[in-house]
Amino acid sequence: MSITRRQFLGMTGVAGAAGLVGSSVAQAQEHFTGWPDRYGVLTDLTLCIGCRKCEEACAGVNDLPPPDPPPEDKSVFETLRRTNSKTNTIVNRFPNPDADKLPVYVKKQCMHCNEPACASACLVSAFTKTPEGAVVYNASVCIGCRYCLMACPFYIPAYEYDEPLKPRVMKCTLCHDRVKEEGKLPGCVEVCPVQALTFGKRSDLIRLARERIVRNPDKYVDHIYGEHEVGGTSWMYITGVPFEKVGFNMDLGITPYPELTRGFLSAVPLVLTIWPVFFTGVYLFSRRRNEIANEEGNSSHEREAKS
Amino acid sequence: MTTITGENISFMEWLQDKLFLGMPFKEYFKKLITPFNIIATFILCVGIPITFIRFTQGLAATTNLTDNNPWGMWIGVDVLCGVALAAGGFTLGSAVYLFGMKEYHPIVRPAVLTGFLGYFFVIIGLCFDLGRPWRLPYPMFVSYGTTSVMFLVGWHVALYLSCQFVEFCPALFEWLGWRKFRKFAVSLTIGATIFGVILSTLHQSALGGLFLLAAKKLHPLWYTPFLPVFFLVSAIIGGMTMVIFESSLSHRIFSHQISQDHKKFDKLIIGLGKAAAMTLMTYFCMKIIGVAHGDHWHLLSTPMGYWFLLEVLGFVLAPCFLFVWAVREERAGWVRFAAIWTVLGLILNRVNVSIIAFNWNIADRYIPKWTEFAVTITIITVGVLTFRWIVNRMPILWEHPDYEPEI
Repeated sequence: MSITRRQFLGMTGVAGAAGLVGSSVAQAQEHFTGWPDRYGVLTDLTLCIGCRKCEEACAGVNDLPPPDPPPEDKSVFETLRRTNSKTNTIVNRFPNPDADKLPVYVKKQCMHCNEPACASACLVSAFTKTPEGAVVYNASVCIGCRYCLMACPFYIPAYEYDEPLKPRVMKCTLCHDRVKEEGKLPGCVEVCPVQALTFGKRSDLIRLARERIVRNPDKYVDHIYGEHEVGGTSWMYITGVPFEKVGFNMDLGITPYPELTRGFLSAVPLVLTIWPVFFTGVYLFSRRRNEIANEEGNSSHEREAKS
Repeated sequence: MTTITGENISFMEWLQDKLFLGMPFKEYFKKLITPFNIIATFILCVGIPITFIRFTQGLAATTNLTDNNPWGMWIGVDVLCGVALAAGGFTLGSAVYLFGMKEYHPIVRPAVLTGFLGYFFVIIGLCFDLGRPWRLPYPMFVSYGTTSVMFLVGWHVALYLSCQFVEFCPALFEWLGWRKFRKFAVSLTIGATIFGVILSTLHQSALGGLFLLAAKKLHPLWYTPFLPVFFLVSAIIGGMTMVIFESSLSHRIFSHQISQDHKKFDKLIIGLGKAAAMTLMTYFCMKIIGVAHGDHWHLLSTPMGYWFLLEVLGFVLAPCFLFVWAVREERAGWVRFAAIWTVLGLILNRVNVSIIAFNWNIADRYIPKWTEFAVTITIITVGVLTFRWIVNRMPILWEHPDYEPEI
């Protein structure tokens, strides 16, 4: 077989097209500092009283079953819980490291990362970081691979394992539709009786958090969790006790998760373009070697092949 | 309808010739009662009802998966190990067709068949695990997640399965006696092999790349930016050692089909052993560089560190040395033993990355449910039965006398 011009053009075309696909993959990974006016929520852990009204409100606005056990039942705090397919938010209780003080309650839900790991993991683009700040999920394209659950550094997305036909990934939506269409506050923020949750533009929330820390340096730890973690999140926290004592992972770093696969994905177009040429070359080399061996009537090669 | 020898026959006779190995139906069914088939029937009797439960009651009824542990045995073993161990098709295919190592031609067909069936059953296994398997074509036709490593895996596995099918086609058409199709398929072999190498390089490494996002969930001794390269190189090893294992097994079981003498065959096995030894040594050095790159030496003296050392010393370096010794002494039997050892090591590595070293730092650990084992065993059994069905009928282990060799 010798390569005709048509075949050669065909091969170059394939390599070129492959290169284009690859480079669009790499481009989607460009660094992005975030939508300027995106919203977020600031949780002030010094204010939360653990009433779990937020859990109840969340279930109400999202058509989820009411919290089980109900908010009045305090036995729920005996174990640490995580979000699951029936609850988009949960409140956990941690003992105060300063034994004289009251325990600390921590509300957990999706952090709405600026550059979400789940969105970069999803092979069907089911997750979108909206310009309003929420990370929303589209069940109509989800194939149920659960790579988003693997990727999320905060252990947030949950899956409807007991649903045989239409299982969905479940997580907080930051009440995206409620906020955008109806101009309302997220369910949990609206119901919070002690204003432990503040909804607003992320940039304003950072200013507010910093102000509280500066005004009460003895009361607050000098850190806004979510300002820089994994490239920044829309949901942020301030606290009176060290974050690591109340279940926060301080080890996540500030690199956005999509960066972790960026290098690998950038190598893809190179392989797609170089490998065809390289291996065709290897093939032509070995064929030529054979041809020459045959032409010269050199039987040594054949002997080798037979042995 | 014609037989291999070209006589005209009726459709029923054709069926008998192709499907029932030329035996009358009664005789064929009688021959089916063997200890292996009885065990296989028993496995299927357990596996099929579980399959039914899986698709009517969901993953919760048949697996121990949780929100913290979303991937279990079906991904860790069926998919990750399946793909790596099916790499023999592309490894041998490129050695013979591209690098011109023609002496290995007799084992290309079984290797390609193993690769093709391996991938096919990986996708079957994946369908058990996916929440909505009927949406498997979505990343190709409906919604594109181009930032996802999984997107790459999806596309490449689908394309690669097609490549492997093309490479398998000459045998299929020789069996059916379709000369023109066979000729066409043979002309595609080189192209399919080159395309297959590209796709394999990318999706084998992409399977490791998937875990790059598990930065703080995977134990640091296993988590390194080199994960994609580790997965690729170990898949080459897995593919080669699986070819040694599988072809040796075939030679024993289907010995009546094989004309080639055993000494020649042993020589091929020893040659593969030599390649396996070199690749294993490369892989071992890479694993050490992985630890050095992250400066994780201090973690080696922790319980997870001992487990890591068991994997790297006990299942990479040790079989590597055994290969070296067996190749030098020309002991094909020991090469086979080292191959099985290495295959187990590869399975251990994939299970470590996806299950044991994953979420090592949280309390909620995953242990598979018995039904997960049952499904995995069922899929392997069906795979073996399919392999045997094809080998008994098509020219996989023997060369069809009516056709010229492909190269």
